[in-house]
Amino acid sequence: MNTNVTTMTKTKPRKNWLVMFIHKLGSPPWFYNFSGKLIPWLWAAFAALTIWGLYLGLFVAPADYQQGESVRIMYLHVPAAWMSMMIYGLMAVMSFIALVWRIRMMEILTMSSAPIGAAFTIIALASGSLWGRPTWGTYWVWDARLTSELVLLFLYLGVIGLHNAIDEPRKAARAACLLAMVGAVNLPIIHYSVKWWNTLHQGSSISLTGGSSIDTSMLWPLLIMAVAAKFFYGANLLTRARVKLLEQDMRKGWVKNVVKEQSS
Amino acid sequence: MTTAIRTGEVSGEVSEVRTGSLRKAFFALLRRDLLLAFRRRTELLFPVIFLLVVISLFPLGIGPSPQLLARIAPGVIWIAALLATVISLDGLFRSDFEDGTLEQFVLSGHPLTLIALAKIVAHWLVAGLPLVLLSPLLAIWMNLPLDSLGVMILTLALGTPILSLIGSIGVGLTISLKRGGQLLSLLVFPLYVPILIIATAAVMAASDGLPYTAFLGLLVAGLITSLTLAPFAAAAALKISLS
Repeated sequence: MNTNVTTMTKTKPRKNWLVMFIHKLGSPPWFYNFSGKLIPWLWAAFAALTIWGLYLGLFVAPADYQQGESVRIMYLHVPAAWMSMMIYGLMAVMSFIALVWRIRMMEILTMSSAPIGAAFTIIALASGSLWGRPTWGTYWVWDARLTSELVLLFLYLGVIGLHNAIDEPRKAARAACLLAMVGAVNLPIIHYSVKWWNTLHQGSSISLTGGSSIDTSMLWPLLIMAVAAKFFYGANLLTRARVKLLEQDMRKGWVKNVVKEQSS
Repeated sequence: MTTAIRTGEVSGEVSEVRTGSLRKAFFALLRRDLLLAFRRRTELLFPVIFLLVVISLFPLGIGPSPQLLARIAPGVIWIAALLATVISLDGLFRSDFEDGTLEQFVLSGHPLTLIALAKIVAHWLVAGLPLVLLSPLLAIWMNLPLDSLGVMILTLALGTPILSLIGSIGVGLTISLKRGGQLLSLLVFPLYVPILIIATAAVMAASDGLPYTAFLGLLVAGLITSLTLAPFAAAAALKISLS
């Protein structure tokens, strides 16, 4: 009995620390305060890494022996393309959590992710087509990756459109979460069918990654920019989620306290 | 609200409904939906007429060259079938949602998945099957080689049920909106991309004299997968819309 008590007191606080942290994140006022403290650091990390990565990418890294200076679009294009896919994956996981355990914070986070993901997809598409002009000789090719990126953009727009179309915030979020999950189930099928469709119609598409080896002087700026993009996502996501939270809880006590603190 | 009614005065009625088996409920609903559809026969023809009009626009817009039409025939017929399906999809749950029948279905105690499946099957019989039956005429219009006509019919027969199944999820999500139809096409078309690719590839392979059974196999796989998963997702979507 006595030993039982001691082991419980020893193990319980350890377990509680993480569980409590996750539980607290689900509470709107706590999330609001916590993210408010975190956001400046995320923006700072993003700014520092972007300046460093862009310096390395635009000034230090050499031009490609085939593509010349246009290869520098890669430092924007590739991180944006990675982010567009990663955010959709994250949205699918968060939607699952939101729908199964009915956590409102997760609904808000998923819906705040969608516009950021769509923006990254547009950046990836636009920079990709600008990159295609000097290397492929045309702005747009129905290349497998461009096409699946375009379909991904449509999926994002569907989620955003559905969320905006329904007036009641929680219902809108739950419907859009379900759609995001359905899209995530379909996404691998879409990706592979488009890839395979592309090999079927041997068109004018040119494989860009002839040799997959990339020099370290080019790899470093790319990786730094990729990490910077993740910090941008984090900062932007939390900022959006805070605004959405304030909007939804407009008439609740904790928001009134926040407004009072800010105005005084 | 659901539990209140179940334990209340109506509970006798509910248990009476429950004595009927799932199969009975399924076929009763299917019969009702088909009956309702056949009472409004002109509405039944709309997707078919739509398909005919859209297909006839292509030779007018592109030119009557037989080789060109034969080349684009599989894609054109399939895209027109996608459009016709999406147009007819909006009516899948609409009238039942608006007059409250859908809520009564939920209260009946039968799984909503089964109800959704029955309505999807009815939708395919009413809107999908006519497209399949009409496809020989379309193929002749588009100058599709007669050798690949059988494959065209097969891809439509296997593919249009998938369109109804996946579409039902989108309908479930947009049902509570006044103008859900336009949004529905945005939600559903990206999900239709793989079916379009596989089905047209099968027909093109057949007209080039290449083996096409693998594509049909993929369509069957898609049909089985969507048949097992889509009704659950559609039921979940309906529940969110009804909440």
